[in-house]
Amino acid sequence: MFGPEEMTTIWLSLKVALVATLSALPLATWIAYILARKSFPGRQLLNGLVHLPLVLPPVVTGYLLLVGFGQQGPIGAFLNDVFGITFAFRWTGAALAAGVMAFPLMVRAIRLGFEAIDTGLEDAAATLGASRMRVFRTVTLPLVVPGIIAATILGFAKALGEFGATITFVAAIPGQTQTIPTAIYGLLQVPGSEPAVLALVTVSIILALGALLLSEWLAHRMARRLGRA
Amino acid sequence: MITLRIQKALGDFALDAHLSAPTGVTAVFGRSGSGKTSLVNAVAGLLRPDAGRIAIGDHVLFDANRGIDVPIHARRVGYVFQDARLFPHLSVARNLRYGGKHDADRIIDMLGLDGLLDRMPSSLSGGERQRVALGRALMCNPSILLMDEPLAALDAQRKAEILPYLVRLRDEVRVPILYVSHDVSEVARLATTLAIMDAGRVVVCGPLGDVLADPAVVPLVGVRDAGAVISARVAGRLLDDGLTELLFSGGRLLMPGDFGALGQSVRLRIPAQDVILAQSAPTGLSALNVLEVTVTDVMPGQGPGVAVALRAGAENLLARVTRRSAGRMQIAPGQRLFAIIKATAVSPDDIGH
Repeated sequence: MFGPEEMTTIWLSLKVALVATLSALPLATWIAYILARKSFPGRQLLNGLVHLPLVLPPVVTGYLLLVGFGQQGPIGAFLNDVFGITFAFRWTGAALAAGVMAFPLMVRAIRLGFEAIDTGLEDAAATLGASRMRVFRTVTLPLVVPGIIAATILGFAKALGEFGATITFVAAIPGQTQTIPTAIYGLLQVPGSEPAVLALVTVSIILALGALLLSEWLAHRMARRLGRA
Repeated sequence: MITLRIQKALGDFALDAHLSAPTGVTAVFGRSGSGKTSLVNAVAGLLRPDAGRIAIGDHVLFDANRGIDVPIHARRVGYVFQDARLFPHLSVARNLRYGGKHDADRIIDMLGLDGLLDRMPSSLSGGERQRVALGRALMCNPSILLMDEPLAALDAQRKAEILPYLVRLRDEVRVPILYVSHDVSEVARLATTLAIMDAGRVVVCGPLGDVLADPAVVPLVGVRDAGAVISARVAGRLLDDGLTELLFSGGRLLMPGDFGALGQSVRLRIPAQDVILAQSAPTGLSALNVLEVTVTDVMPGQGPGVAVALRAGAENLLARVTRRSAGRMQIAPGQRLFAIIKATAVSPDDIGH
């Protein structure tokens, strides 16, 4: 069913989505925390900025990434010169595009998690002698885990399906930046490639469905443990 | 010894509370919105006063003038919240140990928590939750215990289940307790000192018996809930009709129910509206309890009622009669009267030890 080229595409897609999600997670958690709990000047601006990839046309996001992180882009050139990290037309660029597109969804899910926590529990922990760091580590973080799991799975599914920003930023080079969606799009331009398209479409459906079921199962398990079910 | 002086503007509500209480259970009583919880939160550090000073013995927790504001986690206050606030992701045992392991075995034993240790908070009943919350607060070895209506969310049966633990706590653990409540019978059973709050101020503060027997306090407590507390001793049981004989310096009372063993000292809250006054010793009356009393104070209320403070032996009583009766009987301080108390006036909720 899968030729070596399809297998490469599938593995690359999984790698891109996984790296994108896991890299975005700590930053998304931090941003979600300060959006949920802190008030500071520019909070609305930060909120808007975080949500921008959700409302901009993906091709615009891809273009902005190209301008900023491309070989001639100010950030891209800096990272390339100083750390030797290159995004342009590499799988890392695909991961960056997927991560940026998944980011707002992840922040939203985690923020909801933080907002669902009764701050009274944190007060109680403080009266029991826990420093702010310990309160965060032992009360806040464990209670936001369901939100983080939801965000990870949502982000992973989004990253796996990212198309517009990815193809604009890093094109679709087989074995380099060609993910499942860009591969399907490419194959559709070639007559007689229906079996390969069907195979990749099937894989897409299985991965998406799997992620959804996994998130439902984890949410249910968490709810039972915390006595909310 | 607790000394508080707290000023805090909260919107259009101003907290301006002074309180000084000896060790023991200090009940903070008042209607909702009178500032009780704010007061306790200020002691815990959850609310920062604009000005004032908070000290437990020599331990200064807050002093605006000297710039002292001990952080919450360093205050060593045990706080039992109305809603328990157990950590839902931790077992009972881990909830208990969260703040420390001080005297763990004895506390677990005293509160009857042995069988609950492996359970998750979601599987506990309301009463069990409050017991765990109390144990958790005690195990961090607090220098003061703050309890914000710990029984308010419980039904009568659960309340009855927890109250004996609180009495044991008062008598066995030498920790001052600040106990917020709006339930007079709860306060009468537990407290040694009573502070009454109204509109952000502590309007009365003193020994429980003195405060509850003060006729000026009637409008603050509410005419239905007002009533003095007397201390008595179980002198005998009349087995044939289920009554208990109680002796105190002012005479003898017969009350239905079980008050404990012979010689046991009990406190009894006698609702003011259930005390009838007579000028001569009544005869042919169904009421069993007639006490000889002296009027010490008469305080007209805003409505048709008059609060009459009475002395029976070394104890104080409070009666509430109509203005018309008071006028007809010409009740005045120094007058000797008979107080009639119906045996069933005292409900089991009003009996403390």
